[in-house]
Parts: sequence; structure tokens; C-alpha cells
Amino acid sequence: MPAILVVDPEKCTSCRLCELACSQHSGGVFRPSRARIRIAIRSEEAFYFPMICLQCDDAPCMLACSVDALVRDPTTNAVVLIEERCNECGICGAACSYGAIDFVEDKPRKCDLCGGDPECVRFCAAGALRFETPEHWPEAQRQAYADRLENLVEEGKV
Amino acid sequence: MHAYTGTILRVDLGRQRIHTEPLDPASARAFVGGRGLATKMFCDEVDPAVDPLDPANKLILATGPLTGTSAVCGGRFMVVTKGALTGAIACSNAGGDFGPELKFAGYDMIVFEGAATEPVILVINDDDVELRPAGELWGKDVHQTEDALHEQLGKAFKCVSIGPAGETLVRFASIMTDKNRAAGRSGVGAVMGSKRLKAVAVRGTGGLSVADPEVFRTACLDALAKLKDGELTGIALPQLGTPVLVNVINDSGAFPTRNFQEGQFASAQKISGETMAEQIVVRRRACVACPIACGRLTAVPDGKFKGRGEGPEYETIWAFGADTGVSDLAAVAKANYICNELGMDTISAGATIACAMELLEKGALPEGEVGCDLRFGNAEAMVDMVTRIGRRQGFGDVLAEGSARVAEKYGRPELFMGAKKLEAPAYDPRGVFGMGLQYATSNRGACHVRGFMIAPEILGIPEKLDPLAPGGKAAMDIAFQDLTAAVDSSGICLFVTFSIGTPEIQALLKPATGFDYDVDEIMQAGERVWNLERLFNLRAGFSRKDDALPQRLLHEPMPAGPAEGKTVPLDEMLAEYYRLRSWDDQGRPTKQKLDALSL
Repeated sequence: MPAILVVDPEKCTSCRLCELACSQHSGGVFRPSRARIRIAIRSEEAFYFPMICLQCDDAPCMLACSVDALVRDPTTNAVVLIEERCNECGICGAACSYGAIDFVEDKPRKCDLCGGDPECVRFCAAGALRFETPEHWPEAQRQAYADRLENLVEEGKV
Repeated sequence: MHAYTGTILRVDLGRQRIHTEPLDPASARAFVGGRGLATKMFCDEVDPAVDPLDPANKLILATGPLTGTSAVCGGRFMVVTKGALTGAIACSNAGGDFGPELKFAGYDMIVFEGAATEPVILVINDDDVELRPAGELWGKDVHQTEDALHEQLGKAFKCVSIGPAGETLVRFASIMTDKNRAAGRSGVGAVMGSKRLKAVAVRGTGGLSVADPEVFRTACLDALAKLKDGELTGIALPQLGTPVLVNVINDSGAFPTRNFQEGQFASAQKISGETMAEQIVVRRRACVACPIACGRLTAVPDGKFKGRGEGPEYETIWAFGADTGVSDLAAVAKANYICNELGMDTISAGATIACAMELLEKGALPEGEVGCDLRFGNAEAMVDMVTRIGRRQGFGDVLAEGSARVAEKYGRPELFMGAKKLEAPAYDPRGVFGMGLQYATSNRGACHVRGFMIAPEILGIPEKLDPLAPGGKAAMDIAFQDLTAAVDSSGICLFVTFSIGTPEIQALLKPATGFDYDVDEIMQAGERVWNLERLFNLRAGFSRKDDALPQRLLHEPMPAGPAEGKTVPLDEMLAEYYRLRSWDDQGRPTKQKLDALSL
């Protein structure tokens, strides 16, 4: 089971280290305007949300592409661009509801999960971004469930 | 150049002319950037005798080489000018998101010269830079100003601005960014106001390179891991923010209470970081590139102090809490919100009110002049007075001059608690001697962030020093002052130094800039900056007599608590400080020292 980029928005602190790290890793310079992950920050409402490519099943960008330039990477499960095939029509961007595809000089740019070792995760000190395989989740869920039960017992409610 | 954009933006507000000039690589290496490089340029260009509010004073907004990179806490920018409150060299720095955005737009710093005849704003959209009339923005508070700028220009623009306090030249007005972050101290906002510059809005879409990306990345991840593992940077500050210090400092008996009359506040628990977390904290908030996230979005949901904003920080809690004798956390938060909105320094605002409270208590200030019952502990009067100061209404107009001038005006200059006209912050040096030396020698006046001696004296970083003994304080203070100057010049936050030191900073700066820095050169750059600031102050008329503390701290023993009976042995520490700095007995850098620093 390939790992998934997991977002835990409640842990995000809005520091944008992910944007900086992503832009450097993918483009060779610190340039948040070209980062493939962006933090939506509405501090008045205490709302910050890391916005990533969801690597959707039945990805609309892939379905929209008439030249098969977007394909599923069998190892990482990421939707990746094969540049040589791209005809720069832009339809993939229009098809995405999440703004996960940017265009630089008409060429689409999107998150490819860094080939299976996402740089944004390495720089996320808050733990808002994690790269995990689903097989680890049930155990974590059981532990959380046990914690809740333990609290209830301590509070005399069970 | 790497890590620098290589371009300085120069804005002549009088002639309404804008041009760019290249950054000098040799100066950049010697002064690193930020505070250092801006101070170098400022000292080269400005007569030290200038009146801070005269158009001939300049105002520099400067980033460092690490600003805008993934270096830990690399979100800072500095404001360098001659301070309106102090008349000394001022460097106030702030986080938020403005500094990195300025670099992505392509500029290391902005130098403002002259003064506009009508209020203006500067709008920077990458290469497009223009001055526009401020129009209806003049008169608006900081939040309204940023909202209006976002409405006009788009939300992608990052802003710095002044509020009504800066416009009306409140001596301790701050420059605000990201609504609630402040380049707070020394009156930099009044200088901006005197230039009729309401705001700067910047949008940058460009990129910033470093010289050796792989080595730099490793250094970034190493520093990040150390900050995550650090007790303060990984646990205490993320959990409670700077207010974690309220109980710590109160317990050590160095929590100045009622204008430094006592060193412990009986109601400290009511305004502590722990209480704040329970009662008003909504969410953490980080500056760009900061893994600590000490900022706090807060809200007082109802009651007479209802409000919403960011803070209070530790110093603010003290200023509007213990120093004014107020134990109502909601009132403290409200006073903070008002300061952010009107654009003024919370430390000086609170401390000036505390000074007025003592003047009133001692009968030096006629009650009729004040217009409200400004007694220690009166939360409502305190909050009311904050608004009056920020808008220069009624007695607020008097207090807007700062406590040194207020105490002088009412014939009790000794009741000003600070140095070089800058109000001392939240540590009573009778309980932390090294902090006393720091207040007396700091180039911008009594200040904690030029050499945070609380680290060794209370927290044991990098080693524990006895807070109630003078030994070793001069050497440690010098090391902290020089390190801080280097950090401020690099563009990262001082808080990194709780967990990393010069080796890690060198490991970041060298691959970022491509300069072949070693650890000694970076510390020497800090020392160079410190001495340069000192030279400016000497030429501005400061001398040994200004390296002083209030009489209370030197001669009135601390009445109770762990520091009971103590006064600050300043003369002894100061003599050693001058000697170790290679300054003469009048506090003037010797020729040999200046030669060694190439100054």
C-alpha cells in the first residue's frame, strides 16, 4: 500500500516552511509563488489550511487530458506529468477543483510527492503534514480509542 | 549574489523619486545584512545629531540573507533609524510575512529619505514600485489600513503600516505588520509618521537562491531538529508562548511590580501563560519559516474588554499587568489589542502609564490633570488611557511623550524606570544583575532583546550564572550582545539562540551566501555592529553617564522575595564591561579596537 500525504490542519501553525521547502526542492529557488503546496491563511478567523494535490482516484486532471500526459505513478500513486506528451492546453488546470495545478510558461506543474519522499513533510515541525501508509492507522485509532475510554473510567463515567 | 537579492530600493519621499542600487558584496559580508548592514548604511548617510523627526533622518526596512529561506525562523526584517523616543540608534525587528515577501519582490532593503508633503503609501508589485497618495487611509487604524490595502490591491500583498499613534508622533509608536506584529520599540513608528508614510504593501513572486542548496538544506534540517528537541523552542514556547515566563520570572522575584516598587506580583497567577491558555487563547500563529510558533491568536468573548486579536506576549502581560498593578487578563489583552490597532509599543505604553500611576500616588501629578482615576490596579482607567495615548487625547497627549519626559515634567525624573529614555521591560535587575548591565549598556536603551541575560541567569542557557552575583556578567553580556547582533543581521529570530549557537548559524550563513564565513568571523561581525552602533550614539551626544540605571534599582533594596535586600552593583560590572570591550573608562571604543574591527 503506497504512503499517503496526510494533512492534519489543526496542527498547522501557518509557518509556510512547507511552501519554502517545496519551491526549493522542485524549482531550485525559494519561491512560495511556485510551491506545489500552499497554506490558506485567514488569521482573523484563526483558519489555516495546507492545500495539497489530493492525487484523486479518477483524477479529473487525468481524465481531462486528451494526450495522456498525466499518468498514475505505480510506485507512489501520485499523478505525474510526462512533459514530452503535454500539449500545454491547460485543461488539466481547469478540471482541478483544488487549484493543485499551476502553470509556468504554459507548462503545468503539480505535486509528484517528490518521488515518494515529500520535502514538505520533512520541514513540517508541527506535524500537520505526515506521509503514512494506511496500514498503520488502525493501531493508532485503537490507541486513541483506549485513551478516551481510560479518561472516562478515570472520570467515573464508566 | 546568493541569499541576497542584490538590490536596494531607495525612496526619496520629498522628491517622490524611486530608484534601485546594487548591494555592495564587501559590506554585505562584513555586516551580514539586516540590522548590521542597515546600520552601516545609516551611519554612513545620516548626521548623528539629526532630530529623529526631521526629514533628514532616514528610515530603513532591511532583511537579512536568511530572510525568505527555509532557515529556522527566517521571517524577520529590521527597522533601522534614529529613534523618536530615545534619540539613539534604533533597530526594531518584526516577524510576520513582510520581510520574505520583500525579498521575493527582489529587494534586500528599502531606504526612505526625506518626508512627503502629503501622506503616501509605497506599493511594490515585483518590479513595479510606486508612491501613491494615502488618501483616506490616513487616520485609519492598523487593522482598517491592512483591510483597505487588501481590498484595493489584493490579499496577496503583505503590509507594514502605522496607526494613529505613528501619525500623531506618539514617541513610542511602532511599525506594525501582518496586523498584529510590531517593530515595537524606540519610536520607529513616529519616524515613519513624520515622513507621512502610512504604509508599504509588497507582493513578490520571484525566487531566491542560495549558493550551495544541498549543504544549506542539511544545515536547515539540523537546526530544525535542534529547535524541535530544545526544551524552550520545542516545548515551552510552542505550548504557552512567551507568557510561559510570567510564573518563572515572578517566582525568581524579578517581576517588576507597580513601576518597579516590588519584585513579585501577588496576582501573577491570574495573568500567567497557563491562565491565558485556559481563558483566551484561540490558536497558535507562526511567523514565516518558524517552527516555534510563539504567537497566539486570542479572544475575549464578552464583557467590557471584549475583543479579538493577537497576544499578549510576556512583556505586554507584564506592562499592562504587574507594572500597572492590574490583575485582569481580559483588560491586559484589550490594552494589547488597542496598541496593535493604534500602532504603539506595549512595553513603553504600559510602563509610561505605570510611571504616571506612581507620580499620582506620590502626589507629584495633580489628579485634576489626569481626567480619570489612574490608580495602580484600576483596569478600566488603564485601558482607557491606552486609547487616549494612541490618539493623543486629553492626558494621553502628555503620556504620549514617554515616561522619561513625563517624569521630568512632573519633577520626579527618578521615577522613570529605564535607560536612554527607553522604558525597561519585564525583568527587575535587582533580581537579575546581568540584565541590569544589559539595560545600561544596550545601544537602544533599556531593552531585553539586545542581550537576553535571562537565558543564563534564570534559564541556565548556555550555562547557569548566579543572578544575584556580578561575577561573569560582563563577559556573558558581551557574548550575548554580539551574538544577538549577528542573529539580527542574518534575518532570523533571536529565539533560535535558545537551542542553537554560532556553529549552527555559521553552518546556515556560509552555504546560503557563499561567503567563506567561519564562526569567529560571524561573532566579529556582531561585535562590529555593536561598536558601530556605539559610535553613532557617542556622536549623537550619548556618553558614559547614559550607561545608567534608575536610582531605585541602584539604591533602593528590593523589599521582599528571593532578591530581598539587593540592589544592582552596576559600577563594578560596567567597569569590567568597558575593559572587556576594549573601550576606555569613558566607554569610548579604543582606536586599536576600531582598527581590529575595520571601523
